[in-house]
Amino acid sequence: MSIFEYNGSALIAMVGKNCFAIASDRRLGVQLQTIATDFQRIYKIHDKVFLGLSGLGTDAQTLYQRLVFRHKLYQLREERDMKPETFASLVSALLYEKRFGPYFCQPVIAGLGDEDKPFICTMDSIGAKELAKDFVVAGTASESLYGACEAMFKPDMEPEELFEIVSQALLSSVDRDCLSGWGGHVYVVTPTEVRERILKGRMD
Amino acid sequence: MECVFGLVGNGFAIVAADTSAVHSILVHKSNEDKIMVLDSHKLIAASGEPGDRVHFTEYIQKNVALYQFRNGIPLTTAAAANFTRGELATALRKNPYSVNILLAGYDKETGPSLYYIDYIATLHKVDKGAFGYGSYFSLSMMDRHFHSGMSLEEAVDLVDKCIIEIRTRLVVAPPNFVIKIVDKDGAREYAWRESIKDMSVISS
Repeated sequence: MSIFEYNGSALIAMVGKNCFAIASDRRLGVQLQTIATDFQRIYKIHDKVFLGLSGLGTDAQTLYQRLVFRHKLYQLREERDMKPETFASLVSALLYEKRFGPYFCQPVIAGLGDEDKPFICTMDSIGAKELAKDFVVAGTASESLYGACEAMFKPDMEPEELFEIVSQALLSSVDRDCLSGWGGHVYVVTPTEVRERILKGRMD
Repeated sequence: MECVFGLVGNGFAIVAADTSAVHSILVHKSNEDKIMVLDSHKLIAASGEPGDRVHFTEYIQKNVALYQFRNGIPLTTAAAANFTRGELATALRKNPYSVNILLAGYDKETGPSLYYIDYIATLHKVDKGAFGYGSYFSLSMMDRHFHSGMSLEEAVDLVDKCIIEIRTRLVVAPPNFVIKIVDKDGAREYAWRESIKDMSVISS
């Protein structure tokens, strides 16, 4: 079994009309055994930037701690929050630093940039950025997620419809993957509010 | 194979560990205490390579004591858990420790808590957790009978059910277990569950 599949994970980020949604599954496993069903994979860096980390749990936690540290330092020095594009570059740089001994994580970054334009991107474990205009996926269920998102996505969705589409795409994909699932965690972010919702799917 | 498990009850946390010190096919002793009292209100139940287990838990214990000496107040359970994870994570890519830890503690402000810390430094706060081959039995038993806010009698009964299950179904089941609890009155040994007592030397 690959090290990326040790803990199991599923992540989506999708762009809507002046908003974005970022969603993850909730399972923490050790190969075939499920340890917890309330594991958090999506972190808020600040009100307009969210980071999802799939892959090995310990590296996701270490990477998150390093990024929060760097962002807090940035906030102290620049007296403002990081733009999502900048944050993505920071993540990419941190990952490439460990090119020959990498963090076994695949991050998904979603945020509202200048003039609240939604921004999403993903990268591989050594920091190769992949910007997308519609959706990005990561995790053990990524192949199913690509298919589900491609089928269900349409541009310029309102937050409510976006939430429905992201939830359906996430749940239907993790149901085909034994290493991810046990519910879902969805954040829908608009310029004025952040709505966090827990999904109940097949609990197995 | 080493069995460690624990759960959180109403105002207390309880952990149980087997007490066999095994080297290949030989049982050196069957009264090895694998649950260390970290400080007045914390317990650390560890399983893994014996040298690493003793060395690492003693290192954590001394550092937790040092913090208290330097700062005049004890660490919270969450802080101790994060410190432990940090030490494991730092050592992971240099000189890894093969120790799995369940850290149980009681804080006045937040009550009892239990932290699951993998040998690769995955940290998660849980209501019930287990390590080793015994976890396949004890986790399922706890999934069936656990509910939040169990009384001490109910929790000890559940621990006993898990021990019976391990003894019945695990091929190389450890014969003896130690149970420790931590609540507002502190961390202490609760009971032993012995089915084989170490023979004392018969004088001629």
